[in-house]
Amino acid sequence: MADVDRGNRPLSPHLQVYKWPLNMAMSILHRMTGVALGVVTALIAIWFFALAWSPSAFETVNGLMTSWLGWLVLLGGVVSAWFHFVNGIRHLVWDTGSHFGQKRVNRTAVVGLVATALLTIATIWVALAV
Amino acid sequence: MVQLTLPKNSKIRTGKTWPKPDGAKRLKKFMIYRYNPDDGENPRVDTYFVDLDTCGPMVLDALIKIKNEIDPTLTFRRSCREGICGSCAMNIDGQNHLACIFGIDEVKGDVKIYPLPHMAVVKDLIPDLTHFYAQHASIKPWLETRSAPPAKEWKQSIEDRKKLDGLYECVMCACCSTSCPSYWWNEDRYLGPATLLHAYRWIIDSRDEATGERLDNLEDPFKLYRCHTIMNCAQTCPKGLNPAKAIAEIKKLQVERQV
Repeated sequence: MADVDRGNRPLSPHLQVYKWPLNMAMSILHRMTGVALGVVTALIAIWFFALAWSPSAFETVNGLMTSWLGWLVLLGGVVSAWFHFVNGIRHLVWDTGSHFGQKRVNRTAVVGLVATALLTIATIWVALAV
Repeated sequence: MVQLTLPKNSKIRTGKTWPKPDGAKRLKKFMIYRYNPDDGENPRVDTYFVDLDTCGPMVLDALIKIKNEIDPTLTFRRSCREGICGSCAMNIDGQNHLACIFGIDEVKGDVKIYPLPHMAVVKDLIPDLTHFYAQHASIKPWLETRSAPPAKEWKQSIEDRKKLDGLYECVMCACCSTSCPSYWWNEDRYLGPATLLHAYRWIIDSRDEATGERLDNLEDPFKLYRCHTIMNCAQTCPKGLNPAKAIAEIKKLQVERQV
């Protein structure tokens, strides 16, 4: 059973033709934001590492991180953190065997997206106020 | 393994456009995936026009009409035409349906029809289901008992019988498994929603006495745990069942028996 031998038979189209339900997009976003969080965490660690290394290293890294591209990446990190957090709660609820109905799945997906947006705005607002 | 694009021999060409029927007022355009194993060519998409005034309401009616009146070489599986045999499962308008219970009017615009996604194509709309059936057989989809058979029959209370509702209705059409990206990438090792729903159907059957062995068989990083609750299965099931929920219940049982 381990091998799926297709012989010369063609593979039918999949991603090429499938219409994405909302939750399929939420699922892949969860995976992508998870990866993004790993990358952003590493960048922030490098930032601190440069501070400990030497003033000139810090200047270089700090310059990159506070450039417009750096801020964009960090903003992506904030969005990723909130999305991953909020969608993670959905996964915890599913692990209890609850909220599996189609309407519920779609509703919690929309709630998750709105919550991600609000939490991101709140984070920026707090960051600017400090 | 994840492969986002189609292999070379599976790339789709533009096919033939068949003539429109004469004097038709309500024409609907059907774009259908064709593959002929005998001509050595890549798959293609043919275009047909169907007069809705002389056609039945379902997508299967249109397919049969095309086969009868336009192109007799068009090949697809069908049998009961009422959603109980599961033969005519295919990808219609981007999602998996049984053609016999899916109305033509449910599709806005042109009707695009492909075989079930990410499967080996035998011909036209017919996927090879050998592996899918082998996976189903691997979970022993029958009553396993250890105690001596009763004089008459294995009895079940009304409450216990109710636990099988939402599970026994599955017709093994493969719409759910072939809608699942996890199954697309790991079909060799992940059992997929249909097989796991059947596994759960026997795990919670009060008369079955092999529950522990069934759970042992599924305690595997791939067989069961490749389900990431993407939920395409429940979204596409033509019988309105929820394989994702059944899988979650199996995962719960796996944890519960360890604590």
